[in-house]
Amino acid sequence: MTQSVDKLNRRSFLKVSALAGGGLLLSFNWLGGCNPKELEELGLPKEWFRLNGYIKIGENGLVTLMSPNPEGGQNVKTSMPMIVAEELDADWTKVVVEQAPLDTDNFTRQFIGGSQAIRMGWKALRTAGATARQLLIHAASQTWNVPASEITTEPGFLIHSASGKKAHFGEMASLAATLPVPEEVPLKEISEFKLIGKSHQNVEAKNIITGKPLFGIDYKKEGMQIAMIIHPPAHGMRLKSFDDSAARNLSGITDIFQIKSHQDDYERTFFDTTSFTDLVAVVGKSTWEVMNAKKAVQVEWEEFSTYDEKRDWNGRKENRTIPGGMESWEDQLAKMGVAAKKAKTLRKDGNPEAAFAEAAKVIEQTYRGPFLAHNCMEPMNFFAHVHDGKADCAGPLQKPELTEQALSSRLGIPIENIQIEMTRLGGGYGRRSYAHWLIEAAVISQKVNAPIKLIYSREDDMTGGIYRPMYQAIYRAALDKYNNLIGFHVNAGGLVEPPIYPDRFPAGAVENYWAEEWTVPSNITVGSFRAPRSNFIAAAEQSFLDEVAEAAGKDPIDFRLELLQKAKENPVGENNDYDPDRYAGVLELVKAKSNWGSTQAGISRGVSAYFCHNSYAAQVLDLKLENGQVQVEKVYNALDCGLLINPDSAKNLCEGSVVDGIGTAMFGELKFNQGLPDKRNFDQYRMIRMKEAPKEIETHFVESQVDPTGLGEPGYPPVFAALANALYQATGKRFYDQPFAKQLEG
Amino acid sequence: MAIFNLNINGTSKQVDVDPTTPMLWVLRDHLDLVGTKFGCGIAQCGACTIHLDGNAMRSCQLPVSAVADSKITTIEGLSEQGDHPVQQAWLEHDVPQCGYCQAGQIMSAAALLASNPNPSDTDIDNAMNGNICRCGTYTRIKAAIKTASQKL
Repeated sequence: MTQSVDKLNRRSFLKVSALAGGGLLLSFNWLGGCNPKELEELGLPKEWFRLNGYIKIGENGLVTLMSPNPEGGQNVKTSMPMIVAEELDADWTKVVVEQAPLDTDNFTRQFIGGSQAIRMGWKALRTAGATARQLLIHAASQTWNVPASEITTEPGFLIHSASGKKAHFGEMASLAATLPVPEEVPLKEISEFKLIGKSHQNVEAKNIITGKPLFGIDYKKEGMQIAMIIHPPAHGMRLKSFDDSAARNLSGITDIFQIKSHQDDYERTFFDTTSFTDLVAVVGKSTWEVMNAKKAVQVEWEEFSTYDEKRDWNGRKENRTIPGGMESWEDQLAKMGVAAKKAKTLRKDGNPEAAFAEAAKVIEQTYRGPFLAHNCMEPMNFFAHVHDGKADCAGPLQKPELTEQALSSRLGIPIENIQIEMTRLGGGYGRRSYAHWLIEAAVISQKVNAPIKLIYSREDDMTGGIYRPMYQAIYRAALDKYNNLIGFHVNAGGLVEPPIYPDRFPAGAVENYWAEEWTVPSNITVGSFRAPRSNFIAAAEQSFLDEVAEAAGKDPIDFRLELLQKAKENPVGENNDYDPDRYAGVLELVKAKSNWGSTQAGISRGVSAYFCHNSYAAQVLDLKLENGQVQVEKVYNALDCGLLINPDSAKNLCEGSVVDGIGTAMFGELKFNQGLPDKRNFDQYRMIRMKEAPKEIETHFVESQVDPTGLGEPGYPPVFAALANALYQATGKRFYDQPFAKQLEG
Repeated sequence: MAIFNLNINGTSKQVDVDPTTPMLWVLRDHLDLVGTKFGCGIAQCGACTIHLDGNAMRSCQLPVSAVADSKITTIEGLSEQGDHPVQQAWLEHDVPQCGYCQAGQIMSAAALLASNPNPSDTDIDNAMNGNICRCGTYTRIKAAIKTASQKL
């Protein structure tokens, strides 16, 4: 297979970014080494030769691979460089990985979001490696005066068998860096892969377990001060006035002032959501002093009235109305009930009304999911130093490319004068897509004219908004007298966003299908949360299908497989957004691996499956109920993400999805009373702990040579329903409303 | 402000801070030992776990004035080469995802194994109950603790 070298890879040869090598972050450890001992023996090179945006090779053969995307636990800092190293034919033991800064000249889509890093990066990463390998071959060809076609590589070396010549990459790197870039490069066949498909340890593991400063919150710069913000305690409120007389003269405090993160007439783009624009900033020498001074600031808040916010949603302009008022859970629930009656049809196949009218059996259930806080373990933070018409920033961020534009607009500083270093993220889950804290940090730095690090307390973070929306879904199924599913209807919506994907399963598998959605405006801000929408709708849909299968007297896996068979052989409608074979594939795999159909004393089983973010997942969950306490004994995980890059790390991510799903389904909830969030910290917001995690998780992947897709999200949504369905088997009760622990305990 | 002489990772350190300052912030802001993490500030998440005379302690609730002559060990001082059996087991099981909580997890696990070299599953669950892992690496953490236990 050959690959055209695209514009980006071409350009990156010509332009060596001034940021290359770490810039601002040199104080951070950069030796994300694959084998620290070997690297120590090899030592640092005297000179680096840059072959493209992703690759630098030292004269001693050491290879630096730039990891383009932010790292927040998906392990892309290992798997993305592995793909480059594969095509480069690098010796992985002589590779160090460096986090690339935000650099849109050399990289595309430096994003965490949508489980897309590997899928979207696949071609560019391979091409980068393959192109550099070709340059090294051409350099060897010139040096040895032999045809390039006779030169082969083995990890880290160039070889000309006929003459017995052999050189390590470092010996050819200086010449290679000067050669013209080939138009097309050969890519390896999958059968030739040496690194891809084999487990490689997280390149940052050693740094993590020894406590190295990897995270934004660890960032430090000479003269840096600490800043914190005070935001309104309740949604629906804004800052009226503040009195800092008791705080201003406290030890270590340098300044207290009001900031505005976005100007009122600012046209917000997709990730510019923020709950509170007007804030009080407290700046001082140390975190503890600033935390204490925060408590001494007297702030007066006031309710705001309904207003419009200008929005630009990927080119679609709108005025979003933000309603005034102090919202409570009961009112929100009532509003959802009203809105559900005025839903908008998204898809309609056949004649659902007629199907329901003539049905022998109709099953209808309502599912609800509460607001959820992301609760990243690393509280929101960012470093900013705005000076001399420039902004130097560093910290954890999911979508730096988009944030940069908002920052430029707010500071009045052109994008080329903004530098964003990407530190490791102590969790993201969507929360770090919304970078209002970066804007806040920069505005504070601009005001005090000094480098500052903004830190949110846990309470600032948990009560600051941008939650998983509150959702409701009503499902109806129509069965004929032979227990065939003849009609399917979903009506779902949320505050402030709906959860439906109308073209997903079981669309395409049912003759009469109807999907409708609605929304309820609210001043509670919402945003992306691990597997947005899917994280709720999969729970509802897969619980409902379990109930429908039971009503039809069918095994829940066989019932799904029958529907998938229909979707494959005789699909209904157009644009069905899944591959029935791959969907059935994960169900078949989990069925076999879990020995589905067998029974164990005291064990209750539930099954669930879902497709989102381009990968397929199915789970069988086994639990025991002892004295009303749930113990998940074992979860069987089956996934299809195409070709596997780094199997053990992929397993880790899928295990985490299971634990996160169980925890969120059991305990996750944030409610409002008169605009006040009912939870502020982990003493109130229950997070899953070790004893509640499954005793065992067994993860299997469908063997596949399809181009790889992601795993950050797909394994998460189905877990909720696997748990609900197992709980039904254990208790005889269906679990319709999250969090489930409430129903169990109540 | 007051001067405190502290024994941290086997060396003596002097800081001049407000006596109410939690050790977490003394370590992070004043001594540049940032391996100990801030997670909640109310001893509910365990990210800030250190050893005080060998016992696991949440440093966010430990004022510097209460430390006196006690020996403090942080993740940076758990071993010289990062090769404490618990750290080695963490590498063997490639435990971390985001990694933010792992220093606290390792400190809790090391303290557990120091006092109970062969913990049962329940012992492990109890000792690690104060440490949240948001990424959900609990099954690997438990497996790593068992591996470390065999090597002690």
